[in-house]
Amino acid sequence: MPAMSMPNWMEPLVPDRVRMPRPAALRGQSVAGDRRSTFAAGLRAVRTSAAIAAGKAARAAAKRRGGGSALPGLVAERMDPGILGHALGSLPGGNVVVTGTNGKTTTTRMLVALLRAHGRTVFTNPTGSNFTRGVISALLGEIGVRGRLSADTAVLELDEAHALKFAAAVTPTHALLLNVARDQLDRFAEIDHTAGLLADLAARTSTGVVLNRDDSFVARIEGTLADSVRIGRFGLDASIADRLGELQEQDTRADDDFVVSPPDADDVLLRPRDERRFDIVVGPDGSGGLVGPVELKQRGLAAMINATAATAMARQLLGATFDAGVAATALAGVTAPFGRGEVIDIDGTPLELVLVKNPAGFTVALSTYGTTPVATMIAINDNYADGRDVSWLYDVSFESLRSAGVALTSGVRAYDMALRLQYDDVPVAAVEPDLGAALDRFLAGHVGVPTRIFCTYTAMMTLRRILAARYDLPAFGEEGG
Amino acid sequence: MSKGEVHVVHLYPREMSIYGDLGNTRALSTRLTRHGYTPVVHNHHPGAVFPEQAHLVLGGGGQDSGQARVEADLEAIGPRLTELAAGGTPMLMICGMYQLFGNAFVTVDGKRLPGLGLLDVTTQGNPKRMIGPVVMSTDFGDVVGYENHSGSTRLAGGQAAFGRVRSGFGNNGEDGTEGARTGNVFGTYLHGPIIPANPRFADALLAYAVPLATGAAFRPGELDDTFADEARTRQVARLVG
Repeated sequence: MPAMSMPNWMEPLVPDRVRMPRPAALRGQSVAGDRRSTFAAGLRAVRTSAAIAAGKAARAAAKRRGGGSALPGLVAERMDPGILGHALGSLPGGNVVVTGTNGKTTTTRMLVALLRAHGRTVFTNPTGSNFTRGVISALLGEIGVRGRLSADTAVLELDEAHALKFAAAVTPTHALLLNVARDQLDRFAEIDHTAGLLADLAARTSTGVVLNRDDSFVARIEGTLADSVRIGRFGLDASIADRLGELQEQDTRADDDFVVSPPDADDVLLRPRDERRFDIVVGPDGSGGLVGPVELKQRGLAAMINATAATAMARQLLGATFDAGVAATALAGVTAPFGRGEVIDIDGTPLELVLVKNPAGFTVALSTYGTTPVATMIAINDNYADGRDVSWLYDVSFESLRSAGVALTSGVRAYDMALRLQYDDVPVAAVEPDLGAALDRFLAGHVGVPTRIFCTYTAMMTLRRILAARYDLPAFGEEGG
Repeated sequence: MSKGEVHVVHLYPREMSIYGDLGNTRALSTRLTRHGYTPVVHNHHPGAVFPEQAHLVLGGGGQDSGQARVEADLEAIGPRLTELAAGGTPMLMICGMYQLFGNAFVTVDGKRLPGLGLLDVTTQGNPKRMIGPVVMSTDFGDVVGYENHSGSTRLAGGQAAFGRVRSGFGNNGEDGTEGARTGNVFGTYLHGPIIPANPRFADALLAYAVPLATGAAFRPGELDDTFADEARTRQVARLVG
């Protein structure tokens, strides 16, 4: 079985207990009282080195098996819970946490590209293993046994709960808070709770926080922050403010309806030119500088917003050294993460795989992908990593597919998807729950026609595996989940 | 020509509809159209005047913050809802609104929040969440959906359940009951949303509503429910074999 990268929010499958030999240095030691503090420091260093060595060994073993898992991180974390702070706590360029419901992987990738293009040495967790032990696993590949990292800045993608867990170990210098949307209610249960996690993270951040000014859950965090923390904001330019409704969850916590405040002179705003090209402007009239026009490899409004968020954080981190031309080139060069608008060449015709996991994401994907005529398939599974409850499909409007129709629905909940489309008067030509059979039928029926498959996480994993075997695609584990 | 107007009221779509429950209202409205009737959908928001005509009333699940925000309005429109229920108006209340249609919600720390009392049930706050797919048997055949609640609901002595759980937790995970039914008022924990995959139940609600709206019995059209029947029977097969 090929190694599969973990979805962002899924617990890695690890044994409850990992047995490691106790390092010899820790066995049967006894010391005199006056030497205790020196010994404690020495022991600390020994423990860190031992943890790193053990983690590195586990990492090498995992690599030999062909997997890039979080297990090595777990090994090292169990042996030395302080390992994160030791490696990331004092980087000269700071450590940045990127979190929120949608867009973490893409935004992290863009921010890393922006910083590297400006000459920064950046450590990141590129495998999309966005739990703390995933960060440690990534660290093990880059640090020496003394726990020193050669990078000057760390950019870490963490899910909302693990961002807080990370902050308990290392004070983030910067936090980029993207959005709060309904996602995986199985796990977080309520969006109010998720919003609270982000507010806690922001409160623990020492230097700078960048907020989504259009998202009420995120924007409202600003009022809770200390004056000493630098605030940055990103959002949509007034020219596309009408798209806000589809991006926003209903915030029922306060009496007043959330009204997006007029942008400040320093706010970083997205101003699209057309379906593919956009500018990122600073301030409402664009007077504070401009990045663009940019055309991303990845399609869709969501990716443009992610680029705006990453630019806002890069600007805060780089200050006067931020260069708009360098930024535009860097953004244009970022490849789409696995499944985020990834385009696969099927004998000269493009097949787009679009991951959908919550109403906001699916709605944005439909409206930005919907205008070019293509054949459409939708694959819905309901495994834990997909979200077991498919109710959310009824919070998405599928009307944009009405005129072209949907060629096939597939996955475990293929009939539920067909039923959903039927209620939006979208014609469904066929239903085939088996993903392999559906893919064959879909491609055979649309030779030479551009195709697009909207799919939930595990459906995408299956489809990607079938496609990888037939076409020359990067293997699993090389891309983020 | 339309067989007549049917007024559908959705209570608190903003505060109490976070798990796709608006899909129930949209699906019932679409079914009315497909059966040849003219649906008129009213979204009732807190503080607004309750619609003059109401032949079918729906409500959904919400977060605690949403529930807190509708309590005062629910108390204000309570007498009207009681009168409509007594007159046979069908109502479908999901999850949080089901709890608010009961006698009371008792929080984890013992605080008693009174409900409308249209259903003789009491809900106890619970640290454990009951989450997962559900299959139950009802007067309308097997009904499938998805539950996600921490409240544990008990039926009073004479209160009928909506269904018997075949797979899942139901009201409390212990007594095998799911939801409650008094006259044409239904409370249930099932999201899914419940209406689209269970068309027999959907049309039963319409059959209660149509005579109140038009003075004549429900005359259904020919609807193709193949997708719904496939979706439902596959869930039943997966969960109870």
